[in-house]
Amino acid sequence: MTESRRDRETGRADEASRAARGDGATPPGREQGGAAPAESALPSIQDTAKESQRRKGDPARAGQREVMFGIQDLTVRYGKQPAVENVTFDILRNNITALIGPSGCGKSTLIRCLNRMNDLIPSASVEGRVNYHGEDLYGPKIDPVEVRKRIGMVFQKPNPFPKSIYDNIAFGPRILGMKDDMDAIVERALTRAALWGEVKDRLKENAYGMSGGQQQRLCIARSIAIEPDVILMDEPCSALDPISTGRIEDLMIELKENYSIVIVTHNMQQAARVSDMTAFLMVALDDTEDNPRGRLVEYEHTQKMFTNPSDQRTEQYVTGKVG
Amino acid sequence: MEARDAIAASGLAAGTPRPRLEAARPRYGERVIKALLALCAVLSIVTTVAIVVSLVGPTVEFFREVGIFDFLFGTNWSPTISPESYGVLPLVIGTLSVTLWGLIVAVPVGLGAAIYLSEYARPRVRKLLKPTLEVLAGVPTVAFGFFAFSFVTPVIQDIWPGFLGDEPNVFNAGAAGLAIGLLIVPIIASISEDAMSAVPAGLREGAYALGASKMRVALRVVFPAALSGVVASIVLGVSRAVGETLVVLMAAGNTPNLDLTFSESVQAITAYIGVVATGDISTQSLEYNTIFAVGLLLFVVTLGMNLLSIRLVRRYREVYE
Amino acid sequence: MPGSQRVRLATAGARAETVGALGQQPAGERSRSYAFHALLLLMLSVAVLGLAILLIDAFVEGLPRFGIDLFTEGTSALPEESGFLNAILGTLFLIGGVIVMTVPLGVGAAIYLEEYADRERWWNRAIEVNIQNLAAVPSIVYGILGLGVIVRGPLDLGFVVLAGSITLALLVLPTVIIAAREAIRAVPPSIREGSLALGATQWQTVRRQVLPASIPGITTGVILAISRAIGETAPLLLVGAAVFVSFNPSGFFDGYTVLPVQIFTYFSRAQDEYIVLAAAGIIVMLALLIAMNSFAIWLRNRYEQKW
Repeated sequence: MTESRRDRETGRADEASRAARGDGATPPGREQGGAAPAESALPSIQDTAKESQRRKGDPARAGQREVMFGIQDLTVRYGKQPAVENVTFDILRNNITALIGPSGCGKSTLIRCLNRMNDLIPSASVEGRVNYHGEDLYGPKIDPVEVRKRIGMVFQKPNPFPKSIYDNIAFGPRILGMKDDMDAIVERALTRAALWGEVKDRLKENAYGMSGGQQQRLCIARSIAIEPDVILMDEPCSALDPISTGRIEDLMIELKENYSIVIVTHNMQQAARVSDMTAFLMVALDDTEDNPRGRLVEYEHTQKMFTNPSDQRTEQYVTGKVG
Repeated sequence: MEARDAIAASGLAAGTPRPRLEAARPRYGERVIKALLALCAVLSIVTTVAIVVSLVGPTVEFFREVGIFDFLFGTNWSPTISPESYGVLPLVIGTLSVTLWGLIVAVPVGLGAAIYLSEYARPRVRKLLKPTLEVLAGVPTVAFGFFAFSFVTPVIQDIWPGFLGDEPNVFNAGAAGLAIGLLIVPIIASISEDAMSAVPAGLREGAYALGASKMRVALRVVFPAALSGVVASIVLGVSRAVGETLVVLMAAGNTPNLDLTFSESVQAITAYIGVVATGDISTQSLEYNTIFAVGLLLFVVTLGMNLLSIRLVRRYREVYE
Repeated sequence: MPGSQRVRLATAGARAETVGALGQQPAGERSRSYAFHALLLLMLSVAVLGLAILLIDAFVEGLPRFGIDLFTEGTSALPEESGFLNAILGTLFLIGGVIVMTVPLGVGAAIYLEEYADRERWWNRAIEVNIQNLAAVPSIVYGILGLGVIVRGPLDLGFVVLAGSITLALLVLPTVIIAAREAIRAVPPSIREGSLALGATQWQTVRRQVLPASIPGITTGVILAISRAIGETAPLLLVGAAVFVSFNPSGFFDGYTVLPVQIFTYFSRAQDEYIVLAAAGIIVMLALLIAMNSFAIWLRNRYEQKW
């Protein structure tokens, strides 16, 4: 799974993979044929998107998966001002779905709707529907606590509890009433988060002694321990160094087998590397600075979004002309 | 998803099926807990109401027999010795005397300490001085009263210059005042220092860059900027001094006195309350009710000062934070 | 280089320029500066000296009388045979009652105000202001409250330990609430978010994350509040810590005296021997308070969570 990264660096595999997948469409503005991508030091976003497709799996299969979240006409306001407006798209199961866009376009607001964390903000109000397996998350009888047991979240800055590593993981299961063999639960969660080997001898130590990358993986393990359906990640790597970032991206692709993942990222390369589907949000260019309103511009298979986007605004963003 | 279902099934305790639909179990426990906690907070309101009620009731009784005007502006306080008279001014002036001497000590010392700590002191010195002030704040008032009587009074009597008049009484307002001054130094010092530290570093650095000396910066830049905090600290200090009981009880004497004095004995409001309440008086008597009337006066005055001080502190906090 | 060092260099450089352009400060200014500095130090020494003299004076007066009998003898007719036993036991009873009442109520109120109360609502803000005011009300007013409502009035408990405990509990409750709030507020919001995102309820979050993390701060605050309660005299005078007690309290409905009141009582007698006894009592009380406060500070340093 890690060999593709080295291949990407040289850029030569790009040609090979294009040929292999029979990708006939040529992205507008891209050089044809003989131009030697091996000469350009930095891979373009298109290269990244295509290259990582191999390890992410067949895009066609992705489109046939079950709908996890059906978002219909969602508008979120803080007070009177809408932060994000009229968003409609579906998030699919066992996908990694990325939300990208410039600052202020409402990506974090949107993802926090999916597990009702926006409830914690008194001035926030939600209009429209967020269907989770067909049921409206914001229905009158729905208990946000139950929602969050099924839809977990990892935050931008790692936030382990001031307890031991073991107790960090065990916290969720204990509240849930899982009386099962807690040691086994903890081990399983840490193994799935690719952290077991590093910490198995120091489970009783305080979690604050770990490095930033380890802490974030601990937070991922913590949310996995209660067996959620979905893991939401709000810019999980932005506070981490590149090596930790890479490990967590690898982890995400592994986790995709068993969980659905939605990730907010302001790093386009990251979205291109890991996600199956990408949603691009943007503020309208005539919005005032004080009142930016995010809208969904395009929602597409990642590879297509970065190589041949339908909307001109998307193309401007992914090629770096705007935002 | 087969792998996940299998893992989920094995990971869960026997008998905890997770329904796909969000269960909406009304969480009564949460609501009960929130109500209980709110009750704890409301208790503070109950306390205030109780204070007001306990003061106002007997005071109303009191004012049925004594005119308000006579009470507030009368110059003779003698509730127990006939002819009875209920003018509270001597008590007020007694409290004022003591407070005045207290401020004369506390304001320069407190502000000096605050300026030093905020502008001059190195970290190591701060580490020593702040705890010292905290210790001073923690000394019980009975120790201050003892200090006033057993050390300050003899010293005053010894060094009293003849031209100022008679030698000080063994109970005098000055000793109590000076001791109370020491007592309120931590209040003035810590709140003022807080206010001065909140002044942004940029203001100081600009002044230093222009060649100002530390003294100039402290007096012309920092102090004016922190003024509302400094005033708040003094107001709070006065409030504390006015409300202090033991020190005046032990060192200032119990003679109502209309003069603003240093060397004579006075009776402060708080001392009067202390003496009468521990003596033998029948409840429901006019004399008994004087405790509450005088107490209400004390409460209202200190409340006013406390509210003012809170306002002032909020003002400087808002500006800088 | 770090920001503050850069600022210092910039300031020094600008200052040098100014001095170069305008010349050094006038000599008068410099000597006034030194005088000011000296004045400040003088003020500080007044405070420090004052404290030192207070302590030394009590020590010097009381040391001759200091002995184990202070702790074993109660009040009696003769000063040589008097001690503080009644008072110490009374203090223990009284403070025990105060702790039992203030900790749950104070921490509960703090939790409500920090975790549950909507700050926008006027009644929650009224509660906050009210607590700040109560913290500054003169202690003797609490004594009047005790006299009018607890000892007599509706509760009508009489001059007993319980009445004193309730009065003092009301007195220190605002301090405990304020200290507990600070400790709770110090726990970063990210911890609460992490807990809630795992499907914990608000109370579960408070009970299993916020409270355990704030216990060191709360404990320190409680100890400091209790130290203050131990030294309180005025309200207890009104509420019946009786002036002559020669028995040991055995329950919450007995008469009693406490250490500071006993010191005051001995002081109030004319004889010199009693004044010395009072000073000895002050030493005992100060020793107790120093021990408690040092313990609180040690606790804070040892267990404080650095976020």
